[in-house]
Amino acid sequence: MFRVLTGNHSAAFAAALSRVQVVPAYPITPQTQIIEKISEFVDTGQLDAKYIRVESEHSAMAACIGASAAGARAFTATSSHGLLYMGEMVFWASASRLPIVMPVTCRTIGPPWNIWDEHTDMLSLRDAGWIQIFAESNQEILDTVIQAYRIAEDEKVLLPVMVGLDAFTLSHTSEPVDIPSQETVDSFLPPRTGKPFVLDPSRPITFGNMAYPSHYMELKFTHNKAIEDACEVIAEVDREWRRLVGRGYGGLIDEFMCDDAEVIVIAIGSSAGDAKEAAKSLREKGVKAGVLRLRVVRPFPVQSIKRVISRVKAVAVVDRNLSPGSGGILASEVKSALYGLHKPPFVKGYVAGLGGRDIAVGDFVNLFERTLSSRDEGDDRSEWVNLNLEVLH
Amino acid sequence: MNLRLTDLDRREPLLRGHPACPGCPSALGLRLIGKALGSDIVLVVPAGCFTMIQGAFPKTSVDLPILNIAFAASAAAASGVSAAFEVKKSDVPVIVYAGDGGTVDIGIQSLSGAAERGDNILYVCYDNEAYQNTGIQRSGATPYGAWTTTSIKGKAEKKKDMPAIMVAHQVPYVATASIAYPLDFIEKVRSAVMMHGTKYIHLHAPCPTGWRFSSDKMVEIGRDAVLTGAWILYEVVGGHWRLTGPSKNLMDKRKRKPVQEYLKAQGRFAHINAKLLEAICSQIDQQWEEIEEKIK
Repeated sequence: MFRVLTGNHSAAFAAALSRVQVVPAYPITPQTQIIEKISEFVDTGQLDAKYIRVESEHSAMAACIGASAAGARAFTATSSHGLLYMGEMVFWASASRLPIVMPVTCRTIGPPWNIWDEHTDMLSLRDAGWIQIFAESNQEILDTVIQAYRIAEDEKVLLPVMVGLDAFTLSHTSEPVDIPSQETVDSFLPPRTGKPFVLDPSRPITFGNMAYPSHYMELKFTHNKAIEDACEVIAEVDREWRRLVGRGYGGLIDEFMCDDAEVIVIAIGSSAGDAKEAAKSLREKGVKAGVLRLRVVRPFPVQSIKRVISRVKAVAVVDRNLSPGSGGILASEVKSALYGLHKPPFVKGYVAGLGGRDIAVGDFVNLFERTLSSRDEGDDRSEWVNLNLEVLH
Repeated sequence: MNLRLTDLDRREPLLRGHPACPGCPSALGLRLIGKALGSDIVLVVPAGCFTMIQGAFPKTSVDLPILNIAFAASAAAASGVSAAFEVKKSDVPVIVYAGDGGTVDIGIQSLSGAAERGDNILYVCYDNEAYQNTGIQRSGATPYGAWTTTSIKGKAEKKKDMPAIMVAHQVPYVATASIAYPLDFIEKVRSAVMMHGTKYIHLHAPCPTGWRFSSDKMVEIGRDAVLTGAWILYEVVGGHWRLTGPSKNLMDKRKRKPVQEYLKAQGRFAHINAKLLEAICSQIDQQWEEIEEKIK
């Protein structure tokens, strides 16, 4: 059934279809509509879940941890400062190996206050041990939240999943979204089992007590192995979803006209759509342009990236995020993935669209061309896109 | 019929070989909770002494399911466990076992949130009156005048009245208790879990390591805290205040032991002088006057 939904409501519908059981929730712009909609679902009896109106994001994730450890399917959503405020519990959730799913409506971090689109919030927690998936469209948000529970609850994985969606560009923008039937989702996503461990007095176990240096590393090793093994699970779950509903997203990466491309833009989230429009228009002018959208950032899909870009001449990595003192986060990760290739492609990083500044199709056209000319000049220094010099002075 | 120690379950929730300090009131408090409720419970434990008492992975010294959680988060995590049990139609009690730092300082926000929502949990604060696990730093629950490593001249501020803060949340059950009066504590734990909503018990827990006294004196000092009137035993059910245990007979100041009996046994009050003693005495008198108003 098609309905016109915002990105936020797509996430809420997906949570309901996933039959989430406990939803601790705290509002923050621009995520609020997700938890508002779920509150409405619960209050009108459309969703049989326990909704906890917590007093902070720190408690939202703590309550998710408690609920998930007790065997329930737990869900919350957040953004920006909310994500950072719960940061301690974000680490706690993954190290407790709990299959929580959390959409993050990606928003700039202040000061200055700014509520618009940027990925620094979610990417700053890339080392928190969660699987991180970024959606490009509202349909993908809905499909990915449902997929995320299958991935998270897979016994080879048992890790929480963040689903990133761009502030306003997706969160508050309406698109037609195909909502699968409850029967379809039920056939794809069975109820959570109590395996391997939940809080249960008949089988008492301890979550998270002290581990000495003699044991701590092995726990981290298994956590790391689980998130590496998740690559295959993420790909397989996406293929299975495609077989079921006819929609898939390439698993770890979404390749657009990459097969014969000479120059490729790497991006995440909704602006990959603008990059694709730019690539199409350049193709008409004879430039072999392609777009590689990183759907999954953790686990970082090194092998998939290498496979696609080892055969191109030039790569532009467009980062809607910033690690001050290092630059765009993805540019540095992509470069590190390519180290050791016999003939690595030319890679240039661009910091763009911070604080919700537009990155339009025309900007991507310029980036493709700029990257090719920079390659010829041998100038691989990273650049900031569309800086307003008048504001600087 | 009055409860007797010999009536209690002989099974131990805390197994032998646990690494608590000798004379640890936190370890004893958990044993008493187990004896009050049996093994059909779930514990949520934030950072604190009881984190260590559980021992190290892959073993545990506690024969109960436990969710360890970060310092500020125990009440919220317990709310989540309780919500999951509600969804699963399980009536297993969810019990937070947290120290005073994790309760009156860093954990107060999540506890206040849970209490305001009425989440179905029992929160037990074992109050050893400082951050003992990190090595005796003052907390909001450290009493006036007490030495800690971060109040070397004696704490200049009064102890935060956490039970009164919980009463102000209008929760169904609030009580104080003392590790030295196990039956009073057990009866309160049992009363609390019978009720739905957020229940709070504040357990006075003299710490040999942090208060600087010999580990064989823990119960004695706990008793003296009550008998001198420095720590008052009461419960508040539905807003109705009632004294319990020995405190029932101590409204008359003349029946209380001199507070010096309590203070002199503790190294943390070794610096006490007449002025400090007078201030402490007047604070005790004041808290009894306040209680008198409330139980009327």
